[in-house]
Amino acid sequence: MKKLQISDHIILLLGVFFMVTPVVLAFLTSTHDAITIYKEGIQFTPGGKFFENYETVLFEAGGFTKEVNGFVMLKNSMILGLGFAVGKIVISMLAAYAIVYFRFPMATLCFWVIFATLLLPLEVRILPSYEIVQSLGMVNTYSGLIVPLIASATGTFFFRQFFMSVPDELLEAARIDGAGPWKFFKDILVPLSQTMIAAIFIIMFVYGWNQYLWPTLITTDESLFTLVRGIKQILQVWVGAQIPDFNEAMALAILAIVPPVLIVVIFQSWFVKGLVESDK
Amino acid sequence: MATITLDTVRKVYGGNVEAVKGVSIDIADGEFIVLVGPSGCGKSTLLRMMAGLEEITTGDIRIGDRVVNNVDPADRDIAMVFQNYALYPHMTVYNNLAYGLKNRGMAKDEIDRRVKEAARILEIGDYLERKPRALSGGQRQRVAMGRAIVREPAAFLFDEPLSNLDAKLRVQMRVEIKRLQRALGTTSVYVTHDQLEAMTLADRLVVLNGGNIEQIGAPIDVYDKPASTFVASFIGSPAMNLLKVKADGNGLALATGTGLKGPNTKGRDAYIIGIRPEHLEVVSAPGEGDGIHLEASVNVLEPVGAESYLYSSFADGGDEILVRVSSHARHEPDEKLYLRAAPENIHYFDAETGQRID
Ligand SMILES: Nc1ncnc2c1ncn2[C@@H]1O[C@H](COP(=O)(O)OP(=O)(O)O)[C@@H](O)[C@H]1O
Ligand SMILES: [Mg+2]
Repeated sequence: MKKLQISDHIILLLGVFFMVTPVVLAFLTSTHDAITIYKEGIQFTPGGKFFENYETVLFEAGGFTKEVNGFVMLKNSMILGLGFAVGKIVISMLAAYAIVYFRFPMATLCFWVIFATLLLPLEVRILPSYEIVQSLGMVNTYSGLIVPLIASATGTFFFRQFFMSVPDELLEAARIDGAGPWKFFKDILVPLSQTMIAAIFIIMFVYGWNQYLWPTLITTDESLFTLVRGIKQILQVWVGAQIPDFNEAMALAILAIVPPVLIVVIFQSWFVKGLVESDK
Repeated sequence: MATITLDTVRKVYGGNVEAVKGVSIDIADGEFIVLVGPSGCGKSTLLRMMAGLEEITTGDIRIGDRVVNNVDPADRDIAMVFQNYALYPHMTVYNNLAYGLKNRGMAKDEIDRRVKEAARILEIGDYLERKPRALSGGQRQRVAMGRAIVREPAAFLFDEPLSNLDAKLRVQMRVEIKRLQRALGTTSVYVTHDQLEAMTLADRLVVLNGGNIEQIGAPIDVYDKPASTFVASFIGSPAMNLLKVKADGNGLALATGTGLKGPNTKGRDAYIIGIRPEHLEVVSAPGEGDGIHLEASVNVLEPVGAESYLYSSFADGGDEILVRVSSHARHEPDEKLYLRAAPENIHYFDAETGQRID
């Protein structure tokens, strides 16, 4: 028993070490100036350029057109992450609501069709999707960036399972209490789903934030670049000129991971609280 | 408050399961009706059709003089109490009670007045700001009742509301429901599989079996004159002894074996007689007095405190008979037993159909 615990801890510590070290090094390196890094490589101690470097990447316009800075990209990533997560939750809740609570022809078939799309991730359908978005004139818009991504078989599946576990009597009590379909959804089902919503929000926000392929295709206008898509593009331009700004690259990378981490940390406590207190 | 009328109501599930087979009941204003029967006999289905939660296949249900077949549950002016309470878990007790009234667009101060009044009657005033999960089973039950009361409906519908409570609380809430119904005078339909609950609560019992009504009547009438062997064995605890008998010369004998003597008062070849355990009297010698006489031997004596139950059987096997005796009676296994039932306590049923013969 004791032995097992020790080895467990060693494995966990190793895991933490491998995951955290690169992040810590990136952060430490991002606080030095470019020349130091160019001469000495990765830095293992904090340097004195934290504020300068982060101010530069956040507010100094870079890129080809000199129109975009880190702050704008951060904002775009935020819009994509939030739009993606909220959109997925709204769409999949409504879809699951329809499938579970309404008797319509071929409801089961509909569900399995939705479910089967799990087998067809974005990468498979990316050309037709691009084609459609382009013909709708939605290239280089936020809606073009977000809307084609928000259909979610996973989300629909999770909400369906959850709704099916809600006792029928609750629906019946609500019907007797005069709640129509919309009121039941809004007053009963959504509040009951809080935990589910938080869980799916975490997953989907991070997933949306880290999207690379789709934003690369759909945004050619630098002012719509997300962080994940923009880092490389922007650095290439910076790099060309003089000494590569590795300090700024590291700073941008750090900026790109802070919001998802915050979301996970904030919502996780919520999520656990919901799990512990949950009852139906 | 209103009458409820069921006119040959049928319910067929999925085209082939006939859960309710043409049931007609007239429920008077303010009456407390209990639907009782074994699990699966269609009680809940019948109640849910009254509530509007289940489509009526054929027949009519009227509340007051309005046919409500196609009226929404919310517009039927009824309130329902569910077995698992079905409280909204994320709402406070106050909001649980107020939700239906809010949806009706009632004024805030009227809602407040009604919720406070219901809380006072049910003594849940101290928990109004709590969520249901912070309440005990009995308290949740009260909240569920409260949600029904605040509506001031024409009728209360209860579907086994006490089944999830422990025995002691069940008795307590049973008394309370009765008291409340008397005080409010609201027409009530109550579903249960527990015959004791049915007997104690009902103004009139409706005994259901396999989607059919076996008998409707006041509890004591149903007990005194069960309309069929089904009712006889379902109402009353412990259950009535049912014995198959045949004509034997001028008198009666067991259909299979010996140990029973009596006059063939109905003049038939074969029927079933029923005698309640409390109506069998242990006598010292065979053949004393009129009525039916049994000869059996003791199997087990089961004391339950206030009384004891004597399980005994006839010499050549066959049916076991149950006798209620005083808690002080002493009987040994295999002891010979002479039993007598007075003529007025003997029930006769048709051997084929199980229907009562008067
Ligand atoms: N939704 C349903 N679909 C099909 N059969 C049902 C449904 N609900 C109930 N039944 C059947 O109808 C019969 C009566 O059920 P129910 O009214 O719930 O019985 P009770 O409440 O008396 O135990 C049962 O045989 C049950 O299996
Ligand atoms: Mg039932």
